[in-house]
Amino acid sequence: MAENPQRPAVRPLSPHLTIYRWPVTMLTSITHRATGMGLSFGAVVLAWWLVSISNGPEGWQSFHAIMDTPLGLLVLFGFAWALVFHFLNGIRHLAWDLGYGFPKQAAERNSVIILALSLLGALAIFTLVWPGHGGYLR
Amino acid sequence: MSSLQTPLHKVEGMGPAHSGTGHFWHERVTSVALIPLSLWFLYAMLGLAGTSEVTALQFLAHPLNALLMGAFICFSLWHAYLGLQVVIDDYIHTAGSKIILMLLIRFSVIAAGATCLFAIVRIAAL
Repeated sequence: MAENPQRPAVRPLSPHLTIYRWPVTMLTSITHRATGMGLSFGAVVLAWWLVSISNGPEGWQSFHAIMDTPLGLLVLFGFAWALVFHFLNGIRHLAWDLGYGFPKQAAERNSVIILALSLLGALAIFTLVWPGHGGYLR
Repeated sequence: MSSLQTPLHKVEGMGPAHSGTGHFWHERVTSVALIPLSLWFLYAMLGLAGTSEVTALQFLAHPLNALLMGAFICFSLWHAYLGLQVVIDDYIHTAGSKIILMLLIRFSVIAAGATCLFAIVRIAAL
C-alpha cells in the first residue's frame, strides 16, 4: 500500500453476478429489466409497422418481407414473450408496492409461476396467430 | 446541533435528490394504465396477424382504435423512458456518458412517439 500510492488502473469490484448461485428471484428480477429494455426496442418495430401501414400496400409488403422470415418471426416471438413476462411481473411489482408477496417461499413460487406462464402465454399467442387461427379482425 | 436544512427544504420534504418520489410514482401510474392498454394491444395484434393491409388500415382508422393505439404508445414510451433512465443511473457512472445517454433516450422516445402518432393520424386521413 505505502510503496504503491498510485491508484491501480482497474479497481476491484465487490463480487456480484458472477459469484452467487442464482436464486430464481434474481433471475426474474434481471429478466424484468432485460425484457423492459427489449420492449423499448419493440417500440421502434411498432413505429416501423405503423409507418409501413400508413405508406400503403408497398409499405405493408416491405414490412412483411422482413418480418415474415424465420429470423423476423423469432424476433416477434421474443417481443411476445417479453411483453407477457413484463406484464405479469409488472403486476407482481404492483402487488409488492401494496405489501403482498414478500415471504421467501411466495416470492420463489411466484417467480417460477411467472416464468412458466410467460412462456406458455407466448406459445399460446403464436399458436393463435399461426395461419388459420389469428386474424379475427378481418 | 440544529439542522442544516433550510425551512423551505424541510417543507418540500424531497431530500437530497430534489425530486422526491415523482419518478417512482410516474412509473407506477404508467404501469397501471398499461395493464388494460396492453391487453387491448394484444387483442389488436392477434386480430390483425395474417390479415391484409386493408384490414389493418380500416382497424386503425376507427377513432376508438386510433385513440387506444395512441394511448398505448404514449404510456409505453413514457414508461420505457422512466425505466431506461434507471438502467443508466444504475450502470453508467461517468457524468459525460450519463448526460449523453439520458439525452439520447429522451430524444429517441420523443422521436418514436412523434413518428407513431404521425403515422396514426396519416392512417386516419387515408
